[in-house]
Amino acid sequence: MHALSIRNLKKVYGNGIQALKGIDLDVAEGDFFALLGPNGAGKTTVIGIITSLVNKTSGEVRVFGHSIDTELNAVKACIGVVPQELNLNTFDRLMNIVVNQAGFYGMPVRRARRRAQEVLEQMQLWDRRDDIARNLSGGMKRRLMIARALVHSPRLLILDEPTAGVDIEIRRSMYGYLRELNESGTTIILTTHYLEEAENLCRHVAIIDEGEVIQHHPMDEFLRTLKQQNYIVNTREPVAEVPVIDGCLIYQRKDYELELAVQRDHDLNDVFAALSEAGVRILSLRNKTNRLEELFFNLTDRSDQVPEEKTEMEE
Amino acid sequence: MRIRAQLITLETLIRKEISRVTRIWVQTIVPPVITMSLYFLVFGNVIGRRIGQMEGFDYMQYIAPGLIMMSVIQNAYGNVVSSFFGAKFQKHLEEMLVAPMPTWSIILGHVAGGVFRGLMVGSVVTVIALFFTGIQIHNIWITVSIVILTAVVFSMAGLINAIFARKFDDISIIPAFVLAPLTYLGGVFYSITLLPEFAQKLSLMNPILYMVNAFRYGMLGVSDIAVGRAYAIILIFILVLFGACTVLINKGIGIRE
Ligand SMILES: Nc1ncnc2c1ncn2[C@@H]1O[C@H](COP(=O)(O)OP(=O)(O)OP(=O)(O)O)[C@@H](O)[C@H]1O
Ligand SMILES: [Mg+2]
Repeated sequence: MHALSIRNLKKVYGNGIQALKGIDLDVAEGDFFALLGPNGAGKTTVIGIITSLVNKTSGEVRVFGHSIDTELNAVKACIGVVPQELNLNTFDRLMNIVVNQAGFYGMPVRRARRRAQEVLEQMQLWDRRDDIARNLSGGMKRRLMIARALVHSPRLLILDEPTAGVDIEIRRSMYGYLRELNESGTTIILTTHYLEEAENLCRHVAIIDEGEVIQHHPMDEFLRTLKQQNYIVNTREPVAEVPVIDGCLIYQRKDYELELAVQRDHDLNDVFAALSEAGVRILSLRNKTNRLEELFFNLTDRSDQVPEEKTEMEE
Repeated sequence: MRIRAQLITLETLIRKEISRVTRIWVQTIVPPVITMSLYFLVFGNVIGRRIGQMEGFDYMQYIAPGLIMMSVIQNAYGNVVSSFFGAKFQKHLEEMLVAPMPTWSIILGHVAGGVFRGLMVGSVVTVIALFFTGIQIHNIWITVSIVILTAVVFSMAGLINAIFARKFDDISIIPAFVLAPLTYLGGVFYSITLLPEFAQKLSLMNPILYMVNAFRYGMLGVSDIAVGRAYAIILIFILVLFGACTVLINKGIGIRE
C-alpha cells in the first residue's frame, strides 16, 4: 500500500493563480521522500491539500488508502505535519502546546503528558518546557513544531522545510533522529532547499516546478542523470574578463573565484587548457557539494538566472 | 474517531480556552469590570438619584441586571472573537484543523471559553453592584439559565464574526456598529414603556431586549416582554447560529484556502 498517492491534483487559488496543474505522486510506505522545487513551485500547496488546510480544486489524494474526500478523519489521524511557516501560539507554554495537540488527536491527558515529555526530550527542548514559545529562538521554534507533529506518533510525517534556520549541530542530530524514526517504520516526506539534505536522507525524490512534477525517481538513479559537475576554482590574479569555453559555463563569484559548470562529456583537461590560454592561473580547485542544486537548475531550465541566484544562495 | 476521543478533543479545547482567559485576566476580566463600575457610579449613583424610580425600583436597582447582562454579552462575544481570530491570525488554529477534531467540538470548546469569561465578568460585576445597591433574586433558575443561554448565543455570534474576519478591523466593526447599539437600545437602561409606540415596536425586533428583560425578570420580577418568548427566541438563535457555525467551518470559509 502507498503511504501517499496523488492523482491529477489541481489547485487554482482564489486570486486565479494555478498552483498545481495536475500532479501525480506516489510515496511508498516506509519511504523517506524528498519533494524539491524552486520557490513557488507548489510544494506547500500539495502539503496543504494533504493535510486539509487547503481545499483542492480537483483530483484525488489517498493516505494509506484513505481518501481525503470520504475518510478525512482517518487521513488526519495518520499524518503529522511540520508547516513551513510558524504556526505556534507564541504566548503559550511549550508543554501546553504539545499536550494540547495530543488532546486534539483524542489522546487522554496523562498519556499526552508522557508523550509530550518524550518528544520534547527528543527535540532537546525539555529544559524549556515551561517557557512560552515566544521566548524560543527561531531554530527552537522549528524543533517545537516537530515535537508537536510527532506527539501522536503519526505513520506519515510531512516536513515542509524543517531545518530552515536550524544550526548545523542540531540539524545533524535532527537528521539522526529522522533516520531512526524512518527506520522504525514512519514514512517521511520532506521539502527542503538544502539539497544535500535530501541527498543524504531520502531514498526517493520528486521535483516540482510551476505546479507540475517534472522528475520522480529513486535518489541514486536521479543523481546519475546529473548532466554537469560544478567546481569552484581560486585564481592567482583577479579575473578581469570571464573566458568563454566550449562545454563549460563559467560564472565569476568573486574577484579571485570562478565557478565552472562542466558538462559530463567534457574532459577537464580541455577546460584547463582553455583557461591557461585565456591567462587564468589556477591556485586551487574544489568540488561544489550541492549536486542536486546543479541538477535542479538544469531541470528547471533557468540558466539565464543562474549566476546571480547562485551567488546569493552561497553567500 | 470514537466518541470518547472526540470528548477528549472538546475537553482539551475547553481547558485551553479557560486557561487563556485566566492567564490574561488583566486583559479579559479587569477592563470590563472597571467600565461597569463606572456605569454604576455615573448612571446609578450620580444621575440615577435624579431619575427616581423605574417600574417600582430604584434606578440603580433597575439597571443592575441590565449592566450585568451587557457585560456578559460583550465579554462572551469578545472572548470568542479574539481567541478564534487570534488563532487564525497566528495560524495555530491549524493545530485543530489538521487533527481529526469534530466541528462541534471546535464550536463548543470556543463557546465554553466565551461563556466562562461572560460568567466570570458577570459575577464580578454582580459583586460590584452589591456595593451600590441591594440585589434581589426573584427566580434563580430563570436568572441563571438566561444568563448562560445568552452567553452561548453571543459566543457563537462572536465565532461567526471571527470566521469571516480577515483583519483586525473586522473584529471591532461588528461590536461597534451592531452589538453596541443593540445592547444600549436593548432595555439595559430603561423600560421600553417610556418610549413612543413606534420606538417600542422597533425595540421589540431587538433580540437583546428579550434577553435583558428575561434576566431582569429573574432578578426583579419585572419585564417588558413575556419570559417564555425570550426563551423561544434564545433557543432559536442558538440552533441557527450553531448550524451556521457548523456549515461555515465545514466549508472552511475564512479558514481554508
Ligand atoms: N494562499 C494563497 N493564495 C494565493 N496564491 C497562493 C497562496 N499560497 C500560495 N500561492 C501561490 O501558489 C504558488 C505555489 O506556492 P507554494 O507555497 O505551494 O510554493 P512552494 O513550492 O512551497 O514554494 P517555497 O519553496 O517558496 O516554499 C505560488 O505561485 C504562490 O504565489
Ligand atoms: Mg513552501
